[in-house]
Amino acid sequence: MLKHDKKKVEIKGASDMPDMAVSLGSMASNKTASWRNLRPEIDESKCIKCFICWKFCPDAAINFIDENTPPKINYDYCKGCGICAAECPTKCIEMVEE
Amino acid sequence: MIEILIHGRGGQGGVKASLSLASAAAKAGKYVQSFPEFGVERRGAPVKAFNRISDEPIVIRSKIYNPDHIVVLDPTLIQSINITEGLKKGGWIIINTDKKPEDFKEFCEKYKVATINAKEIAIRNRLGSRAAPIVNTAILGAVIKVLKVSDKESLATAIKEFVPVKREENVKAAYEAYDEVIFEVEA
Amino acid sequence: MEKVILGNHAVAYGVLVSRVQAISAYPITPQTLIVERLSEMVADGELDSVFTKVESEHSALASVIGSSSVGARVFTATSSQGLALMHEMIHWAAGARLPIVLANVNRAMAPGWTIWTDQNDSLSCRDTGWMQVYCQNNQEVLDSIIMGYKVSEQVLLPTMVCLDAFVLSHTAESVDIPDVKLVDKYLPSYKPEIKMDIDDPHSFGALSSPDNYMEFRYKMQEAMDKAEDIIIKEGKEFERIFGRKYGMVEEYRTEDAEIILIASATIASTARASIDSLRAKGIKIGLLRIRVFRPFPVKDVARVLLNKKKAIVIDRNISYGKSGIFFDEVKGAFYNIEGEKPKIFGYIAGLGGRDVTPEAISDIANDAIKKDKPEKDIIWSGVKL
Repeated sequence: MLKHDKKKVEIKGASDMPDMAVSLGSMASNKTASWRNLRPEIDESKCIKCFICWKFCPDAAINFIDENTPPKINYDYCKGCGICAAECPTKCIEMVEE
Repeated sequence: MIEILIHGRGGQGGVKASLSLASAAAKAGKYVQSFPEFGVERRGAPVKAFNRISDEPIVIRSKIYNPDHIVVLDPTLIQSINITEGLKKGGWIIINTDKKPEDFKEFCEKYKVATINAKEIAIRNRLGSRAAPIVNTAILGAVIKVLKVSDKESLATAIKEFVPVKREENVKAAYEAYDEVIFEVEA
Repeated sequence: MEKVILGNHAVAYGVLVSRVQAISAYPITPQTLIVERLSEMVADGELDSVFTKVESEHSALASVIGSSSVGARVFTATSSQGLALMHEMIHWAAGARLPIVLANVNRAMAPGWTIWTDQNDSLSCRDTGWMQVYCQNNQEVLDSIIMGYKVSEQVLLPTMVCLDAFVLSHTAESVDIPDVKLVDKYLPSYKPEIKMDIDDPHSFGALSSPDNYMEFRYKMQEAMDKAEDIIIKEGKEFERIFGRKYGMVEEYRTEDAEIILIASATIASTARASIDSLRAKGIKIGLLRIRVFRPFPVKDVARVLLNKKKAIVIDRNISYGKSGIFFDEVKGAFYNIEGEKPKIFGYIAGLGGRDVTPEAISDIANDAIKKDKPEKDIIWSGVKL
């Protein structure tokens, strides 16, 4: 019922649908990059690697690389909410117009 | 079907007595119900527990207003509340007391009185403390003797089910009360 | 094993023998004994289940929704204010098509603050998609938990097993607690087709649109349509294995009756005594106990009531601005059905735990018997004016 092989599935009606409201694919296919007006940019020279931005991101759109590397924004999913910039203790994240 | 009301004070084990009595009667093949007065309880305040015992399945689930018999765990309740309210004429009043049935003249005319010194039996078997002896298991021995709703073995099994500690002593107390209860058997 | 146990403990034993795997519940009088007993069973290793303590009923149901979504058999319990607090999640559990079993101890809604019984709490959920069962004794409570899982796991809608506060929850009577190995023969382990799985990720309950929401909801009703047959089938299977009979409704002395008394839960149990005393006076009256309220047993109600002279419904609940709820639903079930319909009387009794005695029920029956037809949709029983 949930297999779609990455192709678009034609749903005609109730009998084609699963019983519960569940997506066919995972939300990984829903790249929400186009939602943002502002993008966060991390100034890596000022980043103290506290990872507060990574903890606070509500969409898990900041990737942790390792303890000694600044985190990387995942621009496929970042919606530009600006919480990372607001929480950054060194203010090294700038919200830049798209 | 008979309906029994157990009068006690919060903390004396009236509700446990009611449950054990129900279990004892069930093991003797009866249909049973046991329930407390539905509401909040307070240590020391009067507390009522109820039993229905029947040879037929019991469908009635409303409250008991006119018990056939009553059990009094604490004789001071006689001064505090009207223990015989609703009691059917000729019903048994089984009282934990060091007195004898004939000492309760106010009850003997309309009802039948049975007495058992459950407090003394409890102290003798070291159940609870001298100040606060646990009388509820002892009195059940008297109850099943007088009301004939169960037998000693069924009561023993029921007591062991509901009593957390000193199981053997509690059963012994019940058996002693069974032998020592004072009441007049109908001719 | 036969044991004299409280209704609340009957719930706990039902959960134990159903091999529930995840429990989360918040205590509320008069449900607390369920949660306490279950936590003891889990702590002692008697029940192999996760037990998640939470800070509110909303979180309790949210927690089991999560556990159910990953494929566990789950349980929660609550009452009145707690059921109301989780109401948002009540809608979610049914819409998410999760086979959750919830025991609700029917307790009247505040204000005034009350701990005693009536049915407004669970009936406030009647539109949410939950199946609902109203129990008349502790054996039925235990058995309905087991059957709840068996039915819900096929229908994919949750089941609310209802028991009256104090009258069942805190009343002890003999209950046969079936051996868990016997229950295994009736209730296999839960194996959902669709579940949350890290290795095959999907999004559950996410944004839908006017283009597909209605179809999901159509499917929910489709499931309810199928539920009655499944409930009856599983009731018969239960009887085969355990020897006890359960269906959508229960009839008592209805065969040659001219008048049918309709009630639910413990009032229906006490009513048997009233039926017997009225019959002894020559009145041809019988009792229809409604056990399953959702899906509503339209067929059985029609079958029993058609061509009868009178139907007398006793409601321990009220939908303000309309009437007693079982009365309303019984009346409604008839409207489009062809045939001779009885005059239907509705009485409200026992709100907030007001005791309902056999005499009170007989008074209700006699009141309806002497009237040609009901002048009002609501007749109050036992109210001091």
